[in-house]
Amino acid sequence: MAKTIKKEKITGAKALLYSLIEENVNTIFGYPGGAIMPIYNELYDIEDNKLNHILTRHEQGAAHAAQAYAMVTGKTGVCFATSGPGATNLVTGIANAFLDSVPVIFITAQVTSTLIGSDAFQETDILGISMPVTKWNYQITQAEEIPKIISKAFYIAGSGRPGPVLIDITKDAQMQTLAFNYQKCTHLRSYNPNIPLNPADIESAAILINHARKPLILAGHGILLSKAEKELMAFVEKTGIPVASTLLGLSAFPAKHPLYAGLLGMHGNYGPNIKTNEADLLIAIGMRFDDRVTGDLKRYATNANIIHIEIDKSELSKNVEVDIEIHGDAKEVLKALIDQVNANSYPEWLSGFKSCNKIEANKVIKQECYPSHGKIRMGEIVNLISEKTLGEAIIITDVGQHQMATARYYKFNNPNSLITSGGLGTMGFGLPAAVGAKIGKPNVPVIAFIGDGGFQMTIQELGTILQYKLPVKIIILNNNFLGMVRQWQDMFFDKRYASTELVNPDFIKIAEGFDISASRVIERETLEISIDEMLACEKSYLLEIMVEKEGNIFPMIEPGSSVSEIKLC
Amino acid sequence: MIFNTMKKEFTISLFTEHHIGILNQVTIIFTRRQINIESIAASASAVKGIHKLTIVVNTTEDMIGKVQRHLEKLIDVLKVFVHTNDEIIYQEIALYKVQTTEIMKSNKIESIVRSSNARFLEITPEYVVIEKTGHKQDTTDLLNKLDPYGVLQFVRSGRVAITKQT
Ligand SMILES: Cc1ncc(C[n+]2csc(CCOP(=O)(O)OP(=O)(O)O)c2C)c(N)n1
Ligand SMILES: [Mg+2]
Repeated sequence: MAKTIKKEKITGAKALLYSLIEENVNTIFGYPGGAIMPIYNELYDIEDNKLNHILTRHEQGAAHAAQAYAMVTGKTGVCFATSGPGATNLVTGIANAFLDSVPVIFITAQVTSTLIGSDAFQETDILGISMPVTKWNYQITQAEEIPKIISKAFYIAGSGRPGPVLIDITKDAQMQTLAFNYQKCTHLRSYNPNIPLNPADIESAAILINHARKPLILAGHGILLSKAEKELMAFVEKTGIPVASTLLGLSAFPAKHPLYAGLLGMHGNYGPNIKTNEADLLIAIGMRFDDRVTGDLKRYATNANIIHIEIDKSELSKNVEVDIEIHGDAKEVLKALIDQVNANSYPEWLSGFKSCNKIEANKVIKQECYPSHGKIRMGEIVNLISEKTLGEAIIITDVGQHQMATARYYKFNNPNSLITSGGLGTMGFGLPAAVGAKIGKPNVPVIAFIGDGGFQMTIQELGTILQYKLPVKIIILNNNFLGMVRQWQDMFFDKRYASTELVNPDFIKIAEGFDISASRVIERETLEISIDEMLACEKSYLLEIMVEKEGNIFPMIEPGSSVSEIKLC
Repeated sequence: MIFNTMKKEFTISLFTEHHIGILNQVTIIFTRRQINIESIAASASAVKGIHKLTIVVNTTEDMIGKVQRHLEKLIDVLKVFVHTNDEIIYQEIALYKVQTTEIMKSNKIESIVRSSNARFLEITPEYVVIEKTGHKQDTTDLLNKLDPYGVLQFVRSGRVAITKQT
């Protein structure tokens, strides 16, 4: 057990920073203010190579950046904010990390303990506010508690089903002194993330798998979180079972693999959705049957037995009643399963997927990715970028039509290369997430696809890109609309475009103000050359592409419909 | 999938760390699902340092299973048990305040108290306090019987429960 004891007394603020260093943290995203000043004051003395603080332009930006950093590095992200408005500005970011199960430690400052409850200046009950959207939260009022609670926070955030943890530290606790003594937390009596596998479950799952004629794997974010990509690959190559992916599962399995069946859900691919109701066995791994994936639950997986492999027991049989619940870590379960399943292949079943792909290619993809006339389409942009980067870039999206186009048309090759807001669907996530991803993986190209609407929700983070000279590539897919909402108005509200058309600023001029190279593409003829220019640029770059204003994303499973009723147009 | 929509009464026993805010963490799980808490009691448990919450709710079989798993997911919760009424021995305690003058008028109140297995907890010149332990039905029956004599105050505690299973 790692144990560090220092004789001389240090402040609680310094103890916090030392604790972070003990946990291998070297990057913090944050924003200062009154109550957190003792912590920033101590940060001043710590060399940047030990703890590098990234000053964002808004606490929400810091939260999203810390989450993206965690997603690309596989480490736990760290985010600082002051009390009151600093803390409340984090809430969207905390909820986003919570719904997408990403480990981030949020440190908020609190007013001096004697003032708590008095409605002191910048006092908010952030514990109460964040309770429903954190895996755990705690308020520290005594400096002595800091090392122990921080180690507990890291243990909780990163183990089991990961998630955000918020630690609120009063100003007096930051200033009191203590003898620093750090011990990593490895056990809690009320929380056990290490679930022993039940061999009987593995055995019965293997029997179902070995007898299935039309099996389909549903791969979720849990594969990436448990770092089980290799095990999934081995399992798939042995069993010959096709793999469909949830939005957050994208990049867990290479898109170019012959057994990759495509994206599930509302705007997913035709094949995997249609085949969900033809399959006789679904093997769901680290996913939670979100309504965007299942459509109408009463008509979901109508012919299938379901095996659900999931680390969070509360997800088992939450939305879908399954036949075999395997409570455990995806990596461990897959390892155990591989030995018990037979090598197999399903040529007929797979050819059904191929036919579906042909239908989708003809009815949707051809027009979207290879149009010869009309306005530029989102699909052709994403497809071009995918080809030019060979599926090797880290791709960020905001939320909306451009997100779905990106998820559909980028061919992800490496794990953790899609950073997107899934469960919460947070507009404004994209730009700060690009900041965090670039800082986490400085040597990999980071390309953000962002809508003209969402870009303006966290546009201030251009300042962070400027300050830290972050060579991120920003592509604004400009349809002059809150496109996804407009699509629903088009389809379900008689085209009554209430408050979805945008009058936009000159994004090029804005970029210039932040010293970011920028250009605008209007015609298809200049699209490729502009993309090449952007990709070749060694600094940050903003490319605004004017796209079809009223393009709709298809296929689509309309709300209330079954996966098998997926519409192609 | 068809879920059973029949509601019934469940007693949930939670064993938790004795931390600030634990009650809040627990109750928001019910709030989110629009489940009203019928009664709640918090106390020490037989194990030192571990707290026990006993919560009574009316809900469906499916919902209670989900609630149980969600409660168990809370970091500071050690264990959650859900029981139907036939699986537990349980009691609530009720107190009734009645004017002393009413008691003086006849011995009717006294005989109600005796026949209900209740007792006088406190007698002052102005008022008497009657105590009864039992199930909700029993304490409600007594309330109805005392009602004609003017009950000044009535209060019933949360349920405390112990399982029959050894
Ligand atoms: C914070 C937030 N507010 C509102 C929404 C609802 N919403 C979902 S998509 C969307 C439109 C996004 O427009 P834009 O950023 O231009 O992307 P597009 O769909 O046009 O590609 C809106 C308003 C949301 N997801 N998040
Ligand atoms: Mg738009």
